[in-house]
Amino acid sequence: MNSLPKLIQQCKDLAFDLQFTRSREWKAQEEGRVVVGYMPVYFPREIIHAAGGLPVAIFGGGDRKQIIKGDAYYQSYICHIPRSIIDLALDGHTNHFDGYLFPSICDVIRNLSGLFKLNKLGKFVKYMDFPQNFLPEIGGVFYQQEMQHVLHYIKEINGKEVTAHDLNHSIALYNTNRRLIARMYDIRQEFPWRMTIEELYYVLRAGTVIPVEEHNDILEQVVAHMEKEIGEPQDKIKVVVSGAFCEQPAVGLIKAIEEAGCYVVDDDYMLGSRMILGDIDPSTDKPLEAIANAYIHQSQYSSSIYDVHNPKEYRLAKIVQDRGADGVIFASASFCDPSLLDAPIFQKAFDEMGIRYISFQYSENINQFKVIKEQVGAFSDSIKLWEDDKALVIA
Amino acid sequence: MAQEAQKEKSMVLQKEMVEGLFNDLDSAKEKGRKVCYTFIPGNLSELIRTFDMLPVYPEINALQNAMRKKSAAYIREAEKHAHSEDVCTYVKCDVGMMLKGNIGPTGQKIPEPDILLLSYTGCFTFMKWFETLKREYPNATVVMIHTPYQENGVMTPEMTQYMVKQLKEEVIPKMEEVTGIKFDEEKLRRHLELSREAEDWITKIFDTTKHKPSPIDAYFAGVYYIGPINIGFRGTQQAVDYYKELYGEIQERIRLGLGPITPEGEMKEEKYRLVVEGPPNWTNFREFWKIFYDMGAVIVASSYTKVGGVYDLGWRHDPSRPLEALAEYCMNCYTNLNIPQRIDLLSKCIEEYQADGYITNSIKSCNSFSAGQLGMMREIEDRLDIPVGFIESDLVDPRYFSYSNIKNRLESYFQMLAQRKMMEAHEAIHA
Ligand code: SF4
Ligand code: SF4
Repeated sequence: MNSLPKLIQQCKDLAFDLQFTRSREWKAQEEGRVVVGYMPVYFPREIIHAAGGLPVAIFGGGDRKQIIKGDAYYQSYICHIPRSIIDLALDGHTNHFDGYLFPSICDVIRNLSGLFKLNKLGKFVKYMDFPQNFLPEIGGVFYQQEMQHVLHYIKEINGKEVTAHDLNHSIALYNTNRRLIARMYDIRQEFPWRMTIEELYYVLRAGTVIPVEEHNDILEQVVAHMEKEIGEPQDKIKVVVSGAFCEQPAVGLIKAIEEAGCYVVDDDYMLGSRMILGDIDPSTDKPLEAIANAYIHQSQYSSSIYDVHNPKEYRLAKIVQDRGADGVIFASASFCDPSLLDAPIFQKAFDEMGIRYISFQYSENINQFKVIKEQVGAFSDSIKLWEDDKALVIA
Repeated sequence: MAQEAQKEKSMVLQKEMVEGLFNDLDSAKEKGRKVCYTFIPGNLSELIRTFDMLPVYPEINALQNAMRKKSAAYIREAEKHAHSEDVCTYVKCDVGMMLKGNIGPTGQKIPEPDILLLSYTGCFTFMKWFETLKREYPNATVVMIHTPYQENGVMTPEMTQYMVKQLKEEVIPKMEEVTGIKFDEEKLRRHLELSREAEDWITKIFDTTKHKPSPIDAYFAGVYYIGPINIGFRGTQQAVDYYKELYGEIQERIRLGLGPITPEGEMKEEKYRLVVEGPPNWTNFREFWKIFYDMGAVIVASSYTKVGGVYDLGWRHDPSRPLEALAEYCMNCYTNLNIPQRIDLLSKCIEEYQADGYITNSIKSCNSFSAGQLGMMREIEDRLDIPVGFIESDLVDPRYFSYSNIKNRLESYFQMLAQRKMMEAHEAIHA
């Protein structure tokens, strides 16, 4: 077993490798291997794996790439991530990718798929329309057809006919992956000092750019370390971060929240890897149906899923409660419609429910967060004071 | 004089229709009529009429409020309630209006919805908007029909089937439940037949810009022309009559060799013919228009007039396949087309209507339109070797309309067009 610092360093290197080196190596190792890029948030990676492909998440360039070409494509009042994604692609960072998937999350990502088509990037470009109808016989069937299209594109490249056995095998691997990730969050809920949110972030994000088998191996080792008494508890409040599911804040900001006096006990940074709650049945003869049903019945709430039958504010409130959090930090990428349009819904409900929160906006390429740090610090202090007052009253 | 009277007739017809709708809404609760909130892109007008419901279009209220200078206060109100400065201002204007008592642009109260029908065509914000409204109107029945995006530039049978299943198993049963009216397919077919007729007429109307001078402005006046077909009258005899009348008036203008009518009368000389991508600004609509007609610029086609349906490529509501027709209609609205399709459509307009230039009016708060517009512009410039221009404004937030910026940009653009025209004329002489 590798040491925890070594594992974390390995994950950090993988997570921010804008050349996507691991996927290049993987592809070069065998003839017929297919690399498929997917944009945030969620994609059923199982099907790409089953088709002999490697799904690789493209989260933009963060604060590590100077954007030149991308700015020519996007007005100043559009979030930052599409310009950095297209910049990466046009600069050849992803020239070993065979195809690109654009999950239906917002109009920006949707229209970006058109720009990829226009620029003839990859052998295929697919906008993946996730169903907004949640009846398995309607939305579920449509979703299965969407997955079939993706499989068809991959088959055109590598000729591989995917069997139920292949899919079940992949589903099982991703079940393990989800379980291990969930385990990390559960440990952190109780012992958040055992690993910082920054380190956890590296470990999760690395998993979006390497084969799932390798990630599972890393996760097992990390979990084994986390299960030991490591680190020292500090006097920090517990918070949940919500709204940062697509364009990612710079790592400095992720770090700053904890440095300012908070333990982040849940978040949606890597929502895609945690979208499905629990296992997908890995033993049916209709695995695509199992994946579709899992999406319909076992999805985490998301800003891109019509939620009126299962309102997101109560779901987030439940996470806050289950994690024993003291409050919520709403972090939205600037100009991020889905996140910003959800904000009034959450905030109104949380005012009524008495859940404390703060909110701020960020941009992936900005790494100055003095003001945000102060804001988070004040939030943490106010909660601590409130707790002290409460203790006094009770005493 | 004769033309004036004719012009007035179509306008009178339209005014009657709009006023009639607001009056009906005003008395809806008294008369026991059910009210359906829905959006323009992908509006299922014929189905709403089949169930004898009255439609409310939140974005129409928003734009009309903006034209009446009421939107700024509503937007401020919404922003006080945690709505971001950076999201679609239609949503904020609507939410603000609701928070202030839901008094519509005509001063009449808008009744609460019995149904929130989200056909969710071409824009994610619609979904968020209705999530917000659902929380404000907890008693309304929510009906969602997911319209797949034309990601590959086609409407496939499976996409249509997905929508038809939703119509059959969710939308129609819920409408039956709320209205207590049994679904009558024959009635729907009759409405669809009338829709088809109106669609033929409106296509012919927008096609008249082939003439030189163009008898109409297909953007600034076009937004009025699309009114009836978009706000719930598609599928009625009234709409057919309106379009027939309008077409007749335009034919008369062509016969007389007249250009478009502007708020300050006839446009005298057509100097530039343009195609515009993007919605207009509503808060300063007249000023905005004036910059163009003062320069002798007429818009011969615009993408905005296609948000409620793209008819120029031949698609029509087909009464013999009623549910399929509804499905295809939704999928075929402009913002549900992928970026290459949008480029093809605009290129076709530029060529067919012999435009001299292409302008993008980029709307700050509308990602559905704006995200990708720069790439589209570049592609059109390369493909057609046409001068392109770019301006920025907003739909209903007056803070983002900078008259001097827009005017300066457009003036430089028109100078460039003038120079180009001179050079072309010069080359033609010496060729
Ligand atoms: S940051 Fe938000 S608006 Fe931008 S692409 Fe992602 S989800 Fe869409
Ligand atoms: S974002 Fe654009 S298309 Fe969507 S509701 Fe607003 S104005 Fe309409």
